[in-house]
Amino acid sequence: MATATLGRRGKAAPFRSRERRRANLRALLYLSPWIVGFSVFFAYPLISTVYFSFQRYDMFTLEPVGLLNWKYFLRDDAAWTSIKNTLWLVVVMVPLRVLFGLGVAQLITKLKAGAGVFRTIFYLPSLVPVVAGTLGFVYLLNPGTGPVQAILGAVGIQSPDWFGDPAWSKWGLTLLALWSVGDLMVIFMAALLDVPKQLYEAAALDGASAWQQFTRITLPVIRPVLMFAAVTGVIQTLQYFTQAMVAARVASGATDSAGSVFTPGYPDGSTLTFPEWLFQQGFRDFAMGYACVLALILFVVSMIFTLILLRQFRGFAEEEA
Amino acid sequence: MTATVAPETIVRRPAASTRSPRGRALLYWIAKHAIAVALSIMFLGPLVFIVLTAFMSNRQALTSQLWPATWHWNNFADIFEKAPLLTWISNTIMYSVLATAFMLVSSIPVAYALAKFRFRGRKLAFLLVITTMMLPPQVVAVPIYLIWARFHLTGTLWPLIIPMLLGDAFSIFLLRQFLVTIPREYSDAARVDGCGEFRTLIRVILPMARPAIAAVGLFQFFFCWNDYYGPLLYAGTDQSHWTLSLGLAAFKSQHATQWNLTMAATILAMAPVIVVFFFAQKVFIEGVKLTGVK
Repeated sequence: MATATLGRRGKAAPFRSRERRRANLRALLYLSPWIVGFSVFFAYPLISTVYFSFQRYDMFTLEPVGLLNWKYFLRDDAAWTSIKNTLWLVVVMVPLRVLFGLGVAQLITKLKAGAGVFRTIFYLPSLVPVVAGTLGFVYLLNPGTGPVQAILGAVGIQSPDWFGDPAWSKWGLTLLALWSVGDLMVIFMAALLDVPKQLYEAAALDGASAWQQFTRITLPVIRPVLMFAAVTGVIQTLQYFTQAMVAARVASGATDSAGSVFTPGYPDGSTLTFPEWLFQQGFRDFAMGYACVLALILFVVSMIFTLILLRQFRGFAEEEA
Repeated sequence: MTATVAPETIVRRPAASTRSPRGRALLYWIAKHAIAVALSIMFLGPLVFIVLTAFMSNRQALTSQLWPATWHWNNFADIFEKAPLLTWISNTIMYSVLATAFMLVSSIPVAYALAKFRFRGRKLAFLLVITTMMLPPQVVAVPIYLIWARFHLTGTLWPLIIPMLLGDAFSIFLLRQFLVTIPREYSDAARVDGCGEFRTLIRVILPMARPAIAAVGLFQFFFCWNDYYGPLLYAGTDQSHWTLSLGLAAFKSQHATQWNLTMAATILAMAPVIVVFFFAQKVFIEGVKLTGVK
């Protein structure tokens, strides 16, 4: 029907619009798995999350409670602790990872011998399964029997109780994050090798020092890549879960009796992240309505950073390369 | 007097301290490589200590000694008696293999359509793929959990496997980023030869996209292999449904202070990833590059 009315405008039109409709249908066919997936596992749950945020729900009884869950959030101390911890990770861990990743990448691109071997060695830890890596770090850094203390002790330094002291636990997690910096390093290396060589040659002729070349040429050219890494780093850190959960569990397990109920955040709530608190509320305490309030807050914050990403890096979603 | 001497020393000093340019280059070379070696020790150190501890006796693992007094190979046999490791391994393999296979079947056509077809809403669709890729899984976790609870599938790993039949945003994104770089001429040529769109995808595009498909497949496989959040949410308290990650995290608290066995189990979880990496290093590195901006 639509093709027929459009067709009157020109002779070629019926053919072209039929063609176009066929193209749209074909695209629909190819996209159909994702369209169903998006609707069932994203669009519907998101709307549903808004609905549940106004209910009290424990998987058995559903009771509308208006704004009660939202008001509770304002005086939920644990939620605010988790927000503070997550913010700490965003402000400290993300920049350190970017700086360290850049430093390591820059070093490798300057190496004349063994660059390939060093790249492999530096990349390797980022592949270690997160749970395994976290377990390893809790063991390595534990002050009683860990090898790090053994080495530091030999030169007379008392190592802190990394995963057992609230003042140090987030630093312990930061060390773990720096250890697995390999993915960032690879991205930065690719960016550094893409900087046009002529720029450095011209600068060297003008007598620019290595540091000047780095700050005046390298940094401005790779700035978009650094920004991209920082923004995606923030988004990933908003989901920070496994490392904090496993570290707290293993570090506390050393003193807890086996089989006791575990609450994340050990020691003293210092590693409790926002997604952990959401998980705890929704799937351990079955306060599902309230968990939906936390989920929506996480949604809004993550969405802001996703929009920044999409606006700042149009090239990310560019049509053709 | 001093006033006249001073400028002279200033002029002379750099000339005196700068040895031949070749000498400076050598020093620079040594400094760079020394830093690289120091960093290597820091990156490899933890892995080395994990391996050393895994071979210690239980008592020695509780001391601050670094080197195993005797090498206890039987630790690797003992861990299979302490925990249902074989069950966990087979669950992990089932989860990883099925999820990866399902993801590839469903995501390749979607990525191809987003990269090569012209249709209404294509830009919007791609933006939505990126958005779902970026947003934390926890945002929509509650309603999705309730869906699976209704089908009585909580307490199993199926809630993590079945959705892979409906495409995975991160994989779609990576595949699409690769597919847009394939020049249009190839598919045009195939069409001229009478290939339908689907046959063009299978016969022409897929062989060319093999490195990207390998990278996305490996990423998915290892994402599942390493996944902790998903199984923690769905596998429940019945250990016969656990994965290796889940079991490993609980291993230490179940076997109180046996660090040696915990580290042996840790090696078991890491080994496959590291072995595959050494065979497919290039695939990994090229894949990681696809995740960045141009």
